[in-house]
Amino acid sequence: MTLTVTDVKRIADLAYIEIDNDEAEATLTQLTGIFDLIETMQAIDTSSVEPMSHAQSVTQRLRDDEITETDQRDACQAIAPQVEAGLYLVPKVIE
Amino acid sequence: MQWEIVIGLEVHTQLSTQSKIFSGASTAYGAAPNTQACVIDLALPGVLPVLNKGAVERAIKFGLSVGAKINSPSIFARKNYFYPDLPKGYQISQYELPVVQGGSIKIEVDGIEKTIRLTRAHLEEDAGKSLHEDFHGMSGIDLNRAGTPLLEIVSEPDLRSSAEAVAYAKTLHSLVRWIGICDGNMQEGSFRCDANVSVRPRGQEKFGTRCEIKNLNSFRFLEKAIDYEARRQIDILEDGGAIRQETRLYDANKDETRTMRTKEDANDYRYFPDPDLLPLEISPDWIGHIASSLPELPQVREDRYVSELSLTAYDAAVLTSSREIADYFEATVRVLPTQAKLCANWIMGDVMAQLNKEGIEIPACPIQPDSLAALLTRISDGTISGKAAKAVFESLWHGELNKDVDAIIAAKGLKQISDDGAIDKIIDQVLQANPQQVADYRNGKEKAFNSLVGQIMKATQGKANPAQVHAILKKKLEQ
Repeated sequence: MTLTVTDVKRIADLAYIEIDNDEAEATLTQLTGIFDLIETMQAIDTSSVEPMSHAQSVTQRLRDDEITETDQRDACQAIAPQVEAGLYLVPKVIE
Repeated sequence: MQWEIVIGLEVHTQLSTQSKIFSGASTAYGAAPNTQACVIDLALPGVLPVLNKGAVERAIKFGLSVGAKINSPSIFARKNYFYPDLPKGYQISQYELPVVQGGSIKIEVDGIEKTIRLTRAHLEEDAGKSLHEDFHGMSGIDLNRAGTPLLEIVSEPDLRSSAEAVAYAKTLHSLVRWIGICDGNMQEGSFRCDANVSVRPRGQEKFGTRCEIKNLNSFRFLEKAIDYEARRQIDILEDGGAIRQETRLYDANKDETRTMRTKEDANDYRYFPDPDLLPLEISPDWIGHIASSLPELPQVREDRYVSELSLTAYDAAVLTSSREIADYFEATVRVLPTQAKLCANWIMGDVMAQLNKEGIEIPACPIQPDSLAALLTRISDGTISGKAAKAVFESLWHGELNKDVDAIIAAKGLKQISDDGAIDKIIDQVLQANPQQVADYRNGKEKAFNSLVGQIMKATQGKANPAQVHAILKKKLEQ
């Protein structure tokens, strides 16, 4: 797979990362290197290997369905830039 | 041209857990803003999600009740997008290997049964709420709902009309409440539908381009939105146009759908397995344990009411429309196993009518099944007439005489006169007082018979057993 600067800019855009042309070029070189590595790995026959979905071979621990958290709104809102009527205020967003 | 509508539904059901899917904060509805949004829900740095066993259990319950495969391992993934009511910048959802895979649901429209296949059902967390009233040009964010467990149930595009879509949604709604995984409260957003709608010329195999209509939170809106959207697409195609794949919103006030976002600006969610969550193993033991705790499913119970209790298909469907109604019926019929039809008639008639009138649900019914059964016992053993039973029902409803059926019958003097001798005497009196009607009947005027019965019932204040009156009167007139 060949990556282009346009792809890099689109990915940056989706991730809300602002990058200029120089950074995009540098990132393209790095990402292309990573893709080469992936290509090398994909050349290996893994048909008999079960896909790994996590680096550790342990399974998810579960919690009982109980309320353990108490209301910490005041503490949490003390570090928020702006609050009103118990709400966190953010720049206006309407889809 | 004849058009065929093709619909697939995605239904978000809020799971009825106490705490959130990845944190120990409460999920109770209606709390003051952000009082149930803990540091995990707020995505403060360094916090980690821990999966709620209750949410997984409910997903498994659903899977078992629709005959689906339960995946193990099942994997959680990050769905990435930016919106202020999603503090992490991603929603934890499932992409590959959802807990529930496949399965199906039976629906019935106009007496025709149809099987709708399910694609999958996956666990995910809900987002918070954005309030767009004016806060000095800013939006207010309430994260109480953030992290509430959802099961998103996705159907195959097997539905062919808005009526089928509504039947499917209603069946699903009843099922999730029946198995106790969701309260089904649509006003509070516990059960929300998205509809994928496309049209194609009848007979064509290839699907048309589809549009997704978001957030339909009532069955009526679901029906109207689909009807509007199908009409819109057909109009475009008949005018030689093409459908653009997009997400649309239904405006209930104008009864129309409008563009929300098109495919070009659709987000690429960049799903990937969440490294904070390990693969979820679901052991066969656990599945077996949950399977043994499942209640008898509505379809099974409906069929049993027809085959074992000889109810009509209609009665069986109404009585199994919710588990509460079915359990009420079951408890009543347990006392009167040979009188299933009588029990069904009273529950579907007087009990439901009175509940509707007072706007309450069956669990809050002032007449409990044992009282109703006691009343129906007195009808079936001939102690009171059906008419007198209505009066007893009234008294029971209002809690008179400690809801003691026999005491009410005695106090109101409603006991039927079933003594042949007593009825005989009254009939003789009525016949003597009405020689003209007796003559009319004997001359072939059938109507005179009913008039005489009416007078006899009046003379006994409605307490005579009507069947007995009929029999004795007939005998006397034909002497």
